[in-house]
Amino acid sequence: MINGQRRRAWRWLRGALAVVAFGSPALALPAERITVAAAADLKFAMDEIVSAYVRTHSDASVDVVYGSSGKFATQIRQGAPYDLYFSADIAYPCALADAGFAASPVKPYALGRIVLWSAGMDASTMTLHSLVDPRIRRIAIANPTHAPYGKRAEEALRAAGIWTRVQHKLVYGDNIAHTAQFVQSGNAQIGIIALSLALNPQLAAHGGYGLIPAALHEPLQQGYMVTARAADNPLARAFADYIDSAPARAALARYGFVLPRPATGPGQRSTSAACAP
Amino acid sequence: MTVPMLSASDLQAIGLTLRLATTVTLILLVVGTPIAWWLARTPSRWRGVCSALVALPLVLPPSVLGFYLLLAMGPDGPLGRLTAVLELAPLAFTFPGLVVASVLYSLPFMVQPLQSAFASLGERPLEMAATLRASPLDRFFTVVLPLTRSGYLTAGILTFAHTVGEFGVVLMIGGNLPGVSRVASVQIYDYVEALDYSQAHRLAAVLLLFSFVVLLAVYGGRRRGHPW
Repeated sequence: MINGQRRRAWRWLRGALAVVAFGSPALALPAERITVAAAADLKFAMDEIVSAYVRTHSDASVDVVYGSSGKFATQIRQGAPYDLYFSADIAYPCALADAGFAASPVKPYALGRIVLWSAGMDASTMTLHSLVDPRIRRIAIANPTHAPYGKRAEEALRAAGIWTRVQHKLVYGDNIAHTAQFVQSGNAQIGIIALSLALNPQLAAHGGYGLIPAALHEPLQQGYMVTARAADNPLARAFADYIDSAPARAALARYGFVLPRPATGPGQRSTSAACAP
Repeated sequence: MTVPMLSASDLQAIGLTLRLATTVTLILLVVGTPIAWWLARTPSRWRGVCSALVALPLVLPPSVLGFYLLLAMGPDGPLGRLTAVLELAPLAFTFPGLVVASVLYSLPFMVQPLQSAFASLGERPLEMAATLRASPLDRFFTVVLPLTRSGYLTAGILTFAHTVGEFGVVLMIGGNLPGVSRVASVQIYDYVEALDYSQAHRLAAVLLLFSFVVLLAVYGGRRRGHPW
């Protein structure tokens, strides 16, 4: 009786294992696959780039993880399985390349821009000096201690000469998407966020944005690299080259990224050139 | 004890954390007792629904709970409208806002231990007190409270510890303001994000040591049959 039960259990288990082991390849696994770690401000542009790429390369599979550039850098140092890394601050991939975690030169792919954005007011007619208005009680920026967009927001407020007059109104989002949530929910009347987010349809439906002059802050130089783990992965290299292509550049431009001059050939920019201070 | 290795902002974060955890525990002792009492003794068919509602904060990811609280506290949210009607300051990015959020988030940690303590009490002690003509309030303070001391201790410690360890909700609605919403867990996270691991290690070690000592005092004391 017990033996019979056990035998039946074994037979069931073997069947289940067989399905797990041999069943899934029947779902036509793509020949090549990569995982891309991308800064949160790339969300909409990168989604478009990946779907365009996969349309023309049917045997390729590209997974994208969006998050904080700094967190990805730490994870790559700890052996995270990312094949490409797109950072909102080129300093992170440069540091990784110096430490031997890159299999390609670090290349700039875009310059980020910061904007004033409000869900309740028309920010398109406002400048940074409008922020001293007492009717604005809370201003959201990303945390300048670790978020690239927050650092640039602080620089712009200082350069405009109003930092000490607005500092008591500032609240700090963990990253640029969280900062936008503070503003979208109305808890902060206005915020400084990435242009790429302000152009996304969800946010563009409310209020408006006012571009902050790029001269007021250090450039938000963004950069990417192929990780050492993907040194022998042809898809990782092909996708890295695709970022320089016309369709990919068009997608980046649509979401408000300022593009670097097109490269004249692969590997033209050396790590040291892109990463020089 | 002096802690020379911690910066002034670390000490401020620890002080804020303790103030938040103490406030939340005291409020929940008052708010949680009647809820737990009702849940432990009611024959109502709404009991199951209410138990489930109380336990919900255990399930929702803190960042999600924080996101909904952020929406609720906004000018168009129910809490935002309430504070506007009462002519109070909006709750987001303030200490009272943090207290409201933490009371919600830690509610099950207070209610559930109290509920099982009340349930195990049974009817007899209360019936006997009633025959001695003790008023309901009198019965609670002279009979229920002494008999459920250990339940209260567990509930209080769990609530306090859980609030000390709270992170996602505070991060979502706090705005990371020093002395207002930059609690120790957020401060540690900021150090990690800024790749300042040595500062993070120090503050994390202090927080861990403190929490371990508090928990050891409770559980160690109880194992020796301490008269709690």
